[in-house]
Amino acid sequence: MAYFLQRAGRDYAVFERAPRPGSFFTRYPRHRQLISINKRHTGKANAEFNLRHDWNSLLSHDPRLLFRHYSRAYFPDAGDMVRYLGDFAQRLGLHVLYNTTITHVTLHKARQAWNGHYFILTDQMGHTHQCSVLLVATGLSVPNQVDFPGSEYVEGYESVSVDPEDFEGQNVLILGRGNSAFETAENILGVTNFIHMLSRSRVRLSWATHYVGDLRAINNGLLDTYQLKSLDGLLESDLTDLAIVKDREGKFHVTLKFFLEEGNQSADAVTLPQDDNDNFAMRVAYDRVIRCLGWNFDFSIFNKSLRLSSGGEFSKKYPLIKASYESKGSRGLFVLGTASHSVDYRKSAGGFIHGFRYTVRAVHRLLEHRHHGVAWPSTELPTSQLTSAIVRRVNEASGLYQMFSVLADVVLLKENATAFEYLEEFPVQMLAQLETITGRKARHGLFVIDMEYGRNFSGPDKDVFFYDRSVGHTEDAWRSNFLHPVVYYYRHLPTEQEVRFRPAGWALPRPTAIHHVVEDFLTDWTAPVGHILPLRRFLENCLDTDLRSFYAESCFLFALTHQKLPPFCQQGYLRAQGLVGTESLR
Amino acid sequence: MMSSSFNLFRVGISFVMMCIFCKSAVGSLSELSPQKYFSTLQPGKASLAYFCQADSPRNSVFLEELNEAVKPLQDYGISVAKVNCVKEETSRYCGKEKDLMKAYLFRGNIVLREFPPDTLFDVNAIVAHVLFALLFNEVKYISTLEDLQNIESALKGKASIAFSYVRAIGTPEHRAVMEAAFVYGTTYQFVLTTETALLESIGTEDIENEHLYFFHCKQVLDLTEQCRRTLMEPPLTTLNIHRFIKTMEAPLLTEVAEDPQQVSTVHLQLGLPLVFIVSQQATYEADRRTAEWVAWRLLGKAGVLLLLRDSSEVDIPQHANVVFRRAEEGVQVEFLVLHDVDLIISRVESNMHIEEIQEDEDEDMASPDMDIQDDEVAETVYRDRKRRLPLELTVELTEETFNTTVVASDSIVLFYAGWQAVSMAFLQSYIDLAIKLKGTSTMLLARVNCADWSDLCTKQKVTEFPVVKMYKEGKTPVSYTGMLGTEDLLKFIQLNRISCPVNITSVQEAEEYLNGELHKDLISYSSVSVLGLFSPNMTTVKEDFTEAGNCLKGYVITGIYSEEDVLILSNKYAATLPALLLARHKEGKIESIPLANSPAQDIVQIITNALLETFPEITVENLPIYLRLQKPLLILFSEGSINPQYKKAMLTLAKNKHLDSLTPCWLNLKNTPAGQGILQAYFDALPPLPLLVVVNLHSGGQVFAFPSDQAITEQNLLLWLKKLEAGLESHITVLPAQEWKPPLPAYDFLSMMDAAASHHPTRKDPECTKETDASEKDKKQEDKSAIRKEPIETLRIKHWNRSNWFKGGKSFRHDNKEL
Repeated sequence: MAYFLQRAGRDYAVFERAPRPGSFFTRYPRHRQLISINKRHTGKANAEFNLRHDWNSLLSHDPRLLFRHYSRAYFPDAGDMVRYLGDFAQRLGLHVLYNTTITHVTLHKARQAWNGHYFILTDQMGHTHQCSVLLVATGLSVPNQVDFPGSEYVEGYESVSVDPEDFEGQNVLILGRGNSAFETAENILGVTNFIHMLSRSRVRLSWATHYVGDLRAINNGLLDTYQLKSLDGLLESDLTDLAIVKDREGKFHVTLKFFLEEGNQSADAVTLPQDDNDNFAMRVAYDRVIRCLGWNFDFSIFNKSLRLSSGGEFSKKYPLIKASYESKGSRGLFVLGTASHSVDYRKSAGGFIHGFRYTVRAVHRLLEHRHHGVAWPSTELPTSQLTSAIVRRVNEASGLYQMFSVLADVVLLKENATAFEYLEEFPVQMLAQLETITGRKARHGLFVIDMEYGRNFSGPDKDVFFYDRSVGHTEDAWRSNFLHPVVYYYRHLPTEQEVRFRPAGWALPRPTAIHHVVEDFLTDWTAPVGHILPLRRFLENCLDTDLRSFYAESCFLFALTHQKLPPFCQQGYLRAQGLVGTESLR
Repeated sequence: MMSSSFNLFRVGISFVMMCIFCKSAVGSLSELSPQKYFSTLQPGKASLAYFCQADSPRNSVFLEELNEAVKPLQDYGISVAKVNCVKEETSRYCGKEKDLMKAYLFRGNIVLREFPPDTLFDVNAIVAHVLFALLFNEVKYISTLEDLQNIESALKGKASIAFSYVRAIGTPEHRAVMEAAFVYGTTYQFVLTTETALLESIGTEDIENEHLYFFHCKQVLDLTEQCRRTLMEPPLTTLNIHRFIKTMEAPLLTEVAEDPQQVSTVHLQLGLPLVFIVSQQATYEADRRTAEWVAWRLLGKAGVLLLLRDSSEVDIPQHANVVFRRAEEGVQVEFLVLHDVDLIISRVESNMHIEEIQEDEDEDMASPDMDIQDDEVAETVYRDRKRRLPLELTVELTEETFNTTVVASDSIVLFYAGWQAVSMAFLQSYIDLAIKLKGTSTMLLARVNCADWSDLCTKQKVTEFPVVKMYKEGKTPVSYTGMLGTEDLLKFIQLNRISCPVNITSVQEAEEYLNGELHKDLISYSSVSVLGLFSPNMTTVKEDFTEAGNCLKGYVITGIYSEEDVLILSNKYAATLPALLLARHKEGKIESIPLANSPAQDIVQIITNALLETFPEITVENLPIYLRLQKPLLILFSEGSINPQYKKAMLTLAKNKHLDSLTPCWLNLKNTPAGQGILQAYFDALPPLPLLVVVNLHSGGQVFAFPSDQAITEQNLLLWLKKLEAGLESHITVLPAQEWKPPLPAYDFLSMMDAAASHHPTRKDPECTKETDASEKDKKQEDKSAIRKEPIETLRIKHWNRSNWFKGGKSFRHDNKEL
């Protein structure tokens, strides 16, 4: 964000608690291996396309600031990330105040302020800073702790030893089933007696859910050893029902909270589940219990007046924000980065670098329009270029690809559909407010270009390798399962109601017409008949016109035998820019 | 006792079966009096009689259905009659006034069943009910699982069971089952139910449709063992049941050593494919077990054979382990390598699908094929894709090389996208240009593929394709705005060699400039040279002219002269300063145009207008310029070069201002073959050339033709034009005014999605307690239905079958899909 503000020449400052950027990565992930891919080769030169497979770089104009120059590893070391972020801030000359801990944020009403109030930030020295727009990108910094009897015996991911020696010959119980839990398990898999992993719900594999925050294959060694009965195992139970008791030898036993409530018993006398049920799964005693339950947003520094509350039932760990990343409580407060993931939690990549680098840009564009009168960047082109404009974007755009179903391109049609404006990477849930956010007019219909997975293809319980999982025929494109472009056509801008009450499972409200470009094994949607032709037919039928291209000779014939010409001839030939063609083509 | 007598007329079963299909017997409903009817009854013969009041018209619908049932019932040896109860001969079957409508089934003269006519609602119900009554012993009706289990255990080791569920008695499916039972009832025990509960209890998931299971009880030797079951998958029709039972009768697995192409089994006759599992001595036992397993899985869908490689004389490819033979004649067998038995199954199942679909091929043939490329540019580019272009004649630029290259030398850069047809069509012209300019030009021809260097194109403000830009040192890049063709671009490059407007410094030089000597090599690209004459103090208009000249750079040669002795020139060409001199090199004419204080934009306009000819040959390239005048076109179509007399007549008319409201021009059909198409659009029957027409393109679209029996002379023309103006001529045609609509519809994915959603409303299944199970089940059903019911699927397979290049490629893709 600082980069975008810097480029736009805006007055900004970044406060950073640590003496350098990316302090999170100096300690985390604990086992130092990032699980975001650093794909240095794609066989393509297209830089925009290559960002689809670069999950670590931030956006900038400087090609030297690409992560692939910082690490050769496919799953890079966290230290390289620290180095990269340091270079990024330094080389771009970003205005960062290091060693500044903001301890309190409050609101000060002021009529002349952009949003009717200023944000007052107090740092550890007691200095105050005032700003009109507050961008909070503090990530999730508070380890999630579940309170249950015996939780004091539990070690946390943030502090547990990463030295496998410390686990030699131990029985280990890990609470949680996310990547950090598996990462911890992976590290000690070979030295323990066994590892049991306990979580509230079943494990979610990212290759089944298509969500990068779920368990990645790189960490899932324990699944192997569990299913092959190599003593390790996975269990599901609600942690809040459990209790852990320590026996005389210092070993830990799992029991139910319910039993503890029965009476004041000494540790050895506590009822254990196996007393009733002698084949209870967790009847063994553990040497260590490790908690890897994820992280929460730090709400503590925000004054109540900011009305920054936590998200709904499923995203308690995130602050509640709108799809435009603005806080629901106070105007002018935006949540960026990992902390903004409530918008697309468990759906898209907004909680990760390769996702939020685009959402941040979207927020920047919104602010540029709101406060500086700079309309959302767009390109205006004649209709004859519509198919090409869409084909180009779906084949290279990385923002659409990473932030699928969250950011989408929008084509705003001009009167009589002779020309259109192309807007990139708009937060699609704000579609109803498009005109106010972008400063562009959507009076004559619009297309939304989105990337989507098949509707029933993603989920922790889905078999993603079933036979016939991929579709190769244009007629079946709507049943495509893998990520593929979807084009929605609306005659009118949908209303807020329509966006909110869209059909279940739909990224957008029900359109006037919809087109799926059939999924492609190579994600190369440029086949003339397989991809472009059906797309053209769809666009033609939405606009009720003929979008074919013609040689000048055909346009000449039409010009003298018809009163009207197809758009391609009108916009090319009639302006003396017809396509002549060569002998061999005719 | 009844059943034994009934067996009598089961002789000639196959004959009956044939009759069912060919509808040979012709019969119509006989109307008899009761007495007459009873006299026709033969012992042992079944007969269906409908008793009604004579002349009662009320049951005409029923009678129609009954009439239709005559033929099928006759095929089973059952006669049908309508008995008219006349007053004189009442019968007890006649009933009373109120309930006139009753039908009775007799065997001999014994009543077997009495049918209230509402049970016999249509022909299917009639046949079903009658056969059901007659085949009382052959078809057991049951309602509980216990009944079924009893029958099953009683028949183990003795006979197999055909168990069917129909939704109701009297449905077409019930009739089909009864017809099958008529034929096979002695060989297999038919069991019928209408209880869904029973169906569910034997583990059927889809309880909404009819089902037929074959219980293989005959082979069961161990009485504790359950009979194996095979579900018949196609819908319950007489033919399908027949086919199904035939395959149940066929041996499960046959061993063969002959050529798979020659083998014949009952399956082929029934239109089912054959699957040969290739075996060799060494692995015979295992192969046989595999083959048996496959055979069970494919029972009723395909014939499975074990082909012994060692004893076979056939040349089987070394790695092939399965041979697949379609039922259609003349289709070559396919040798396959399938490492998974499931693949064999799915192979057969997908093949079956094709067969089903082929039936309705004809009706869909009419619908346009949306996959046919109807974009001429895309089509030609695709067709030409394999021709190698000498791309090396142009320099391919990248993000790294672009800046250094365009700085180092004057360059023309084509920005294109490798996937875009228009770009690729133009790239060919561009390469042709490079061939033409090879070694002669100082201008570097370069290209950037924006599909690879997207950011570079964005930086160069290229947002559409193709775009040509000229980069000259120290100047802002200029976009080329002419026709996308070799000739026009060549002209642009050549004319850009001089920096317009050219600064002329002496009268001598000005003369050379005007007569074309100065730019001898360039005047073939610009038929007109423009010279601006200004006195030295006219600075503003000079600047404007310079700007205009810059604007037109690459399209027209412009020059400027503003020395002290400018009056020599202005006097010579009778021009008042400031003025433009236009030298038309072809005609060797020099005209002057006064230049008032016009801004640059107007000067551009003045020059462009001045470039227009009075009576041009219209071509593909120059038509747009003349259309800008927004006047009706007066076109003379000529076979070759224009007759000088016509030209003269036209020029005279124009000179005398008779053609001011028109754009006169002529079209050489040799140079512009598209003219032929134009004439065809204008004339129903083409008169001989030359032809003269007025086309009112911009208002109304009427086309007027000069009478072809008149000579094209000044007089005749003038007269005709006068009449035209007066509205006395009638048009020969009116050009269509409709908008250009989409040539073909698009796939309506929205309604396909709706259809799929309504087929399977996401209902909550109360019996499925586990959520995961429920959703999986739903999904399975969805998958199945998508294959069976979806009409789109039909279309796709059809395309697939048509052996045109594109589809060939596609089917390949289908087979290799991410295995």
